[in-house]
Amino acid sequence: MGTRVVRVEDPRLLTTGGTYTDDLREPELTGAAYVTFVRSPYAHARITGVDVSAARGVPGVVEVLTGQDTDDLPAPADGNPTAEPMLAKDAVRYVGEPVALVVTDGRYQGEDAADLVTVEYEPLPPVVDLEDALRGETLLFPESGSNVLAAAQDEGAGDDAFAACEVVVEHTIVNQRVAPVPLETRAAAAAWAHDRLTVWVSTQNAHWARDAVAGGLGIDPSAVRVITPDVGGGFGAKIGADREGVAVAWAAKRTGRPVRWVETRSENLVGMTHGRGQRQTFKIGGTRDGRITAYRLDLVQDAGAYPRMATLLATLTKSMASGVYDIPHVEAYFQVAATNTTPVAAYRGAGRPEATAAIERAVDMFAAEIGMDPREVRRRNFIAPDKFPHTTPGGMEYDTGEYAAALDRVLAAAGYDELRAEQARRREAGDPVQLGIGLSAYVEITGGVPEIGETARLVVHDDGTVTVLTGSSPHGQGHATAWAMLVHDELGIPMDKITVRHGDTDAIPVGIGTFGSRSLQLGGTAVHQAALEVKERAKELAADELEADKADLEFDTADGLWRVRGTPDIGLDWGRLAQLAGSDGLAADVHFTSDKSTFPFGAHVAVVEVDAETGKVRLVRHVTVDDAGPVLNPVLAEGQRQGGIAQGAAQALLEEVLYDAQGNPVTSTLVDYPFITATELPSFELVDMATPTPLNPLGVKGIGEAGTIGATPAVQNAVVDAVSHLGVRHIDMPTTPERVWTAINEARTGQ
Amino acid sequence: MKVTITVNGEQIQDDVEDRTLLVHFLRDGANLTATNIGCDTTSCGACTVLLDGESVKSCTVLAAQADGAEVTTVEGLAGPDGELHPMQRAFQAEHGLQCGFCTPGMVMAAVSLLKENPHPTEQQVRVGLEGNLCRCTGYHNIVRAVLAAAAEEEGA
Repeated sequence: MGTRVVRVEDPRLLTTGGTYTDDLREPELTGAAYVTFVRSPYAHARITGVDVSAARGVPGVVEVLTGQDTDDLPAPADGNPTAEPMLAKDAVRYVGEPVALVVTDGRYQGEDAADLVTVEYEPLPPVVDLEDALRGETLLFPESGSNVLAAAQDEGAGDDAFAACEVVVEHTIVNQRVAPVPLETRAAAAAWAHDRLTVWVSTQNAHWARDAVAGGLGIDPSAVRVITPDVGGGFGAKIGADREGVAVAWAAKRTGRPVRWVETRSENLVGMTHGRGQRQTFKIGGTRDGRITAYRLDLVQDAGAYPRMATLLATLTKSMASGVYDIPHVEAYFQVAATNTTPVAAYRGAGRPEATAAIERAVDMFAAEIGMDPREVRRRNFIAPDKFPHTTPGGMEYDTGEYAAALDRVLAAAGYDELRAEQARRREAGDPVQLGIGLSAYVEITGGVPEIGETARLVVHDDGTVTVLTGSSPHGQGHATAWAMLVHDELGIPMDKITVRHGDTDAIPVGIGTFGSRSLQLGGTAVHQAALEVKERAKELAADELEADKADLEFDTADGLWRVRGTPDIGLDWGRLAQLAGSDGLAADVHFTSDKSTFPFGAHVAVVEVDAETGKVRLVRHVTVDDAGPVLNPVLAEGQRQGGIAQGAAQALLEEVLYDAQGNPVTSTLVDYPFITATELPSFELVDMATPTPLNPLGVKGIGEAGTIGATPAVQNAVVDAVSHLGVRHIDMPTTPERVWTAINEARTGQ
Repeated sequence: MKVTITVNGEQIQDDVEDRTLLVHFLRDGANLTATNIGCDTTSCGACTVLLDGESVKSCTVLAAQADGAEVTTVEGLAGPDGELHPMQRAFQAEHGLQCGFCTPGMVMAAVSLLKENPHPTEQQVRVGLEGNLCRCTGYHNIVRAVLAAAAEEEGA
C-alpha cells in the first residue's frame, strides 16, 4: 500500500500494442465479414420505405438487414412507448440512429454498400432545444403524451426559507453537452457456432454486455460468452453494450458467419452517448456575513432521443446538490426531457460534476454579491469534520470528510494570497492580460451500486504462480498492476508471478465491471479478502504439514515462506502449499459487497490568464487536493487525477457538442469537436491528502472521477474571476473567446 | 495494385485496392496492429508512423504513396534483443499511458519530435504533440516522459 510501482501492463502496450477489438486475429474470427451501419440523416422522421436491392447487388455483400428483419427479436416490454429499437423501423429520432446494417466481405465494401441502401423518410419537426421539448408541441413518443421522461417537481415548499434570507442570488446556467471520445471508438466482433455466441466487445462490463446481447436477441445468457479484449478508454460511455453491439451479435447469428465492426470517429461522435447536458437554475440565499441558509437547484436534463441513463444522471445531481456545504434548507428538482439528439448517458462523473458545477458557481455568485472572498464563504459553510458521518438534506450519508483542511491545503500549495496580490497588480495596471483564480470544493459519491459489489477468485498454482480472476474491468486504470500489488502485499508472491484475468464471462461467471469509481474499493477489496482467505487456508495446510499448531506458524511476506517459529531452516513455499491442497486447490472466491457508498472529496485551484481584449483564456496552473482515502499505488492514482483534470478543464474551456436548429450535429468530426490538446493544458500540481473510509478494509474511496468533478468549476470560476472586476458575474461553458469577449462587452456597456 | 513497402526492416509486398490507406496496409496487410485508428479526419494521431524517417499520420497516406518507402511502427522501435527504446522506457517509467490506444502513435510522434529537436522545452513538447490526442493522461505524464527521454538521450 502506497508504493510507487510502474505498470506491468506497459511493456506489451508499448511494443506490440494492445489487442483491441479490431486487432483480434482469433481463429474463430477467421474470414470474418465486416458490419457497416446505415444511419439516419434526419433528426426526426418517419420511415416510409427501405430498398436494399441496390446494396444487395454490390460485389462482396453478404447480407443487408433492416428494422423490417427484426421479427426474430423479442418485442419491447409491454406498455413501454419509449423503447429503443436495435434498428429503427418506423421512425428515427436522432441523426446517426442505426436504421440498417450491411455485412460485406471487405472492409471498404461496407461503406459502398451502405450508401446504396435507400431509406425513404418523411421528415417530422425536430425537437432540439430543451424549451421545445418541454413545450411538447412535437412529441418524440406520442403514445407517452409528453417529452418529459421523468421528473421530481418543485411544489414551492421552500419559499419561506428564501424569504428569510438577507441576500438571494438566482441564475440559470448551462452544463453543456460534451462527447466522451475514448480514443478507441466502439467496436465488436461476434461468432455464432454450436448454438452459442461469442462476442468480443469494447466494454467496461463484460457481464452487462452479455446480458444486453442475450436480452436483445432473446436467448439465454448462458448461450452468450462475452470477451473483453483491451479497451481503449470508456469514460462511462462503454457501460454494457449499445444497440450496435447487440446488432453485431445478431448479424453473426443471422448470417452464420463471424463478423466484426469498428465505428469511424464520425459515427462515434453521433452514435456513442454524450454526457452532461443540463440546464440548471439555482437560487442561493443567506446572510450578508457569508452564511448560506438556503439552496435550490432546478434542472432540466437533456436525455437525447431515448431514455438510457439520463434519469440516473439527474437523480445523482439532485442527491448531491448541496455538495460540501452545511446548508439548513436544500431542495432540488429535475425534469428529464427527450430531444431529437444523440442519447445522453454517463460521462466521467455522471451527475456529480453537474451538481458540483452548479453549487460552486452559486457559491461564487453569492460571494460576489456580498463582496466576500470566495475562500471565506466556503470556509464559513463547510460541513464541519465533527459532523461525520453526515446525512445531507438530500439523503446522502457522507462517510468521512475534511473539507476545510482540503481547501486550506490546496490554497497554501497554490499560494493563494500571492495570486490575489498579482491579480490586484494587473488590475491596477490595466494589464490587457488579466489573472483569474478559481476555487472549487467538492464531494462526490463513488462505488457505483456498491450493493452489487464485485468478485474476485484467487488461485495459487503448484508452481507458486497465482491467477487472479476479477469481475472488475480495466480500460486504462491499471488493474493488473494494482491487483498484483494487493496479492503481493499479503502473500509475498512476486508481482511477475501473478496474472490478472478479466472480461471473460465463461472464465468469470459473475462480475460487475468498472464505472462510478468502484474498482479498488469493491474489486480491490475482493482481491484483498481473497488473499486473506487463501492465507488462512495456507496456514492450516502448513500446520498439518509441519505438524505444528497454527498459532506457532509464522509467514514472512519478504520470502513468501511459512515456518514454525524458532525453526528458520524449514519453510514451505506457495507452490508446495498448493500441492498440499490437492484436488481442492488453494483458492478463494470472494464477492465483496457494501451497503453504503463512499464520498471522496477535495478542492481545486485553477489559475487562468484572460486576454480582456480578445477574450482568449489560457489555463496556466491547476492545483488540486483529491482525497479518496489511502492510495494503493500513487502512480495510478495520480494518473487518474491528471486525466480527470484535463477532461474537466476541457469542458470548462473548449468542448461542446452542438446541433443546428434542424438537429443536425455540427461537431461530428474531430476537426469540429474541440478535443483538448497538450498545448491547451499546463502540467498539474497535485497535493496529497488521505482520509480513510471505515466502509472497506482498505479504507479506500474511488479516485477515477475526482479530477473531472473538481476541475470544471474551478476553471470556470477562474475565468469569471479574471473579469469580475469589469462587472462580469457569469460566463457559460465552454468559456470560448467569443463568450468571454461578449461577457466583458456586455458588462462594460451595462447590458 | 502491387505495392512493396519495407516495414520495420522487412519488405512486404501486397496486392491492394488503389484506395487502401497505409494504416490498413499495416494492420490488415502486414498484420501489425499496434498502429491504431482513432479518427477519420487526420486529427488524433493514433496512426502516426515514420515514413522514410518522417512522422506521418498513416490514415492520410495511401499505401500506394508509400510504395518503395520505409515505414517504422512502434513494433519496430525496440532493439533486436527486445530492449526497449528510450522513449518506450520513459513512457513506462513516467506512466505516460493508460488505456494504451493513443500510445503507439504518441510514441512515434515523440520519437520524431526529439529527432527534430533533441532538447525541447516543456512548451515545445506540448506544441510538438498537438496533433496527437490522448483522453486518459491529460498529457501530463506524456510530456514528462518525452522530457525524460530527451534527458536520457543527452546523458547517453
